[in-house]
Amino acid sequence: MYDNGTHVYTVEKSVKTDLFESHDHYNVDELLSDDHKLARDAVRDWVKAEVSPIIEDASEKAQCPLHLFKGLAEIGAFGPSLPEKYGCGGMDEIAYGVIMQELERGDSGIRSMASVQGSLAMYPIYRFGSEEQKMKWLPKMASGEIIGCFGLTEPDHGSNPAGMTTNIKDDGDSVILNGAKMWITNSPVADMAIVWAKNEEGRIKGVIVERGMKGFTTPEIHGKLSLRASITGELVFEDVRVPKANILPNVEGLKGPLSCLSKARYGIAWGAIGAAMDCYDSALRYSMQREQFGRPIAGFQLTQKKLAEMITEITKAQLLAWRLGSLANVGKATPAQISMAKRNNVNMALEIAREARQIHGGMGITSEYPIMRHMMNLETVLTYEGTHDIHLLITGMEVTGLNAFK
Amino acid sequence: MKILVCVSKTPETTANINFTNNNTEFDTNGVSFIMNPYDEWYALVRALELTEANGGSVTIVNVGPSINDAVIKKGLAIGAKDAVRIDAEPTSALFVAKQIAAYAKSEAYDIIFTGKESIDYNGSLVGGMIAELLDLPYISYASSMELAGSTATLQREIEGGTEVVQLDTPFVVSAAKGMAEQRIPNMRGIMMAKKKPLNVATAEAAQSNEKVVEFKEVPKDRAIKMINPEDMAELVRLLHEEAKAI
Ligand SMILES: Cc1cc2nc3c(=O)[nH]c(=O)nc-3n(C[C@H](O)[C@H](O)[C@H](O)COP(=O)(O)OP(=O)(O)OC[C@H]3O[C@@H](n4cnc5c(N)ncnc54)[C@H](O)[C@@H]3O)c2cc1C
Repeated sequence: MYDNGTHVYTVEKSVKTDLFESHDHYNVDELLSDDHKLARDAVRDWVKAEVSPIIEDASEKAQCPLHLFKGLAEIGAFGPSLPEKYGCGGMDEIAYGVIMQELERGDSGIRSMASVQGSLAMYPIYRFGSEEQKMKWLPKMASGEIIGCFGLTEPDHGSNPAGMTTNIKDDGDSVILNGAKMWITNSPVADMAIVWAKNEEGRIKGVIVERGMKGFTTPEIHGKLSLRASITGELVFEDVRVPKANILPNVEGLKGPLSCLSKARYGIAWGAIGAAMDCYDSALRYSMQREQFGRPIAGFQLTQKKLAEMITEITKAQLLAWRLGSLANVGKATPAQISMAKRNNVNMALEIAREARQIHGGMGITSEYPIMRHMMNLETVLTYEGTHDIHLLITGMEVTGLNAFK
Repeated sequence: MKILVCVSKTPETTANINFTNNNTEFDTNGVSFIMNPYDEWYALVRALELTEANGGSVTIVNVGPSINDAVIKKGLAIGAKDAVRIDAEPTSALFVAKQIAAYAKSEAYDIIFTGKESIDYNGSLVGGMIAELLDLPYISYASSMELAGSTATLQREIEGGTEVVQLDTPFVVSAAKGMAEQRIPNMRGIMMAKKKPLNVATAEAAQSNEKVVEFKEVPKDRAIKMINPEDMAELVRLLHEEAKAI
């Protein structure tokens, strides 16, 4: 991890215990193997021990707990479904899903630290890199020694990445990279970036840009009111000379970044369930304890409507994610199916956060409870990795065959 | 150093406890199970630490049906080398101890660990019984253990203080809080566990002539009273007049 010495970390540990209990209304656990449950419980224990005690304060102070990169690596959250040969987990897609679910149960920002490293930085090297690139980068990224980031979005090209202007020009053994990327998770602390840029023929290529290359800077973006525990920045390239050996040889075009996004979106479809479960669990407990008009507010029909709808939506989202995971395990999950699950599950989580916030009354707006933090985080999750509306258009195009983007 | 760690399966700490069959049986419906925390956090982790420092291997043993494999796999994921499941319903402490003793007899373990108790029935019996059956010394409720060669130094928390005990292997020890700290398995451990042997042994014929006649629940009418932290006098009054504790 890159540290320029300016990172401030004054977060204090809370003594409050994380009371989270999972709820499984449809015995979805029976669809999981022993290994899936072991993986899930391990990450749940890790989150309770390492994330919960610091996350409210880290989020309030907008300080990324950078030490958790090491912890995430130790638990095995970086590229869990990539092969063991590269120092990764060799697990299946459902295991990867439940890991993301539990991380996001803690915080979407912490889950983002892992998603970006595993699905957006390691995965493109694994999928499109040469064997030499894989051996050079993957083991050190799995162990957290090297932190990566993923540069696709530009200041003027978000939902429409094909319009990107970041470009590479041929110069002997190297290419010269120019342009800028915006909203890049982990960028200020990353040792390397997977950057998508157009070559002179206008084709999109993946380039590994390394910290320290002349003309490459990563200014931090401040003032985020969402995903505050995750560090975000820009990538700025001014005539950066990158050796051709750093170009991912096996991909060209938008398919490159999009297949990484598919992988990450898949994880988000699971992750959102975690955030929703945390909100539901907190709302359920609060409503049983909080009394008004002489009885627990959980006894009022309007509260029950909220709680019943929450667990119904969580259950549907779990089944969607599980089915998607089963398809992904045999390589059959399509990008359109992943879009549907990402869109549905993130929106589900955001709505549950809003309802849960109401159940907590005034307490719901404080950092005593995780609700507002999840709600604010989920506003990012709704937008990044393809916005809510863009995913709707993807489904629309899939079912009608008509392109409504342009 | 050859260490055997006895692990049992207990309900999760937040599980809803109900009984069936005229209150003679624990209702396992909807209950999730975990490895008994004393076995996992203290016994198993300390056993692993000792073999990591001194060489050797840790085997875990469980007496139970095949559904217990999930709990055993966790032990393998945390770091045990292999596992044995003795295939039988664990009907009583004596039955379990007889099974483990029969298995351990021919294996010459240097140390046999149990947890200080299981968090469900809290019997604290199996360790002592294994020791007796194998004619080995037994140190109960040990909260720390150091090893120099084949000599172990253990601490036991006793009423008002600590007892320090020294003895040579082999022996049986039950591990209490303080012995080690929880170790969360990582993904690599979980995958490696798949390749580790989980042997299934047939049970010895062993009689168990005790049976549970009834489980009674704690009365539920003990409401929680919140007291203002500043108001010491009220706390003392309630403890004195209502709880009659002081
Ligand atoms: C905290 C955070 C972290 C991020 N991390 C990364 C990262 O690591 N790497 C990376 O590359 N990017 C990252 N992003 C960027 C993210 O993916 C983009 O913000 C997202 O793709 C949307 O782009 P935009 O913000 O430019 O919005 P725009 O594309 O400008 O969209 C604005 C609105 O217009 C709508 N819209 C756009 N086009 C259409 C259309 N054709 N039809 C209908 N509606 C349309 C959108 O749905 C949206 O509601 C991150 C963003 C955030 C907030």
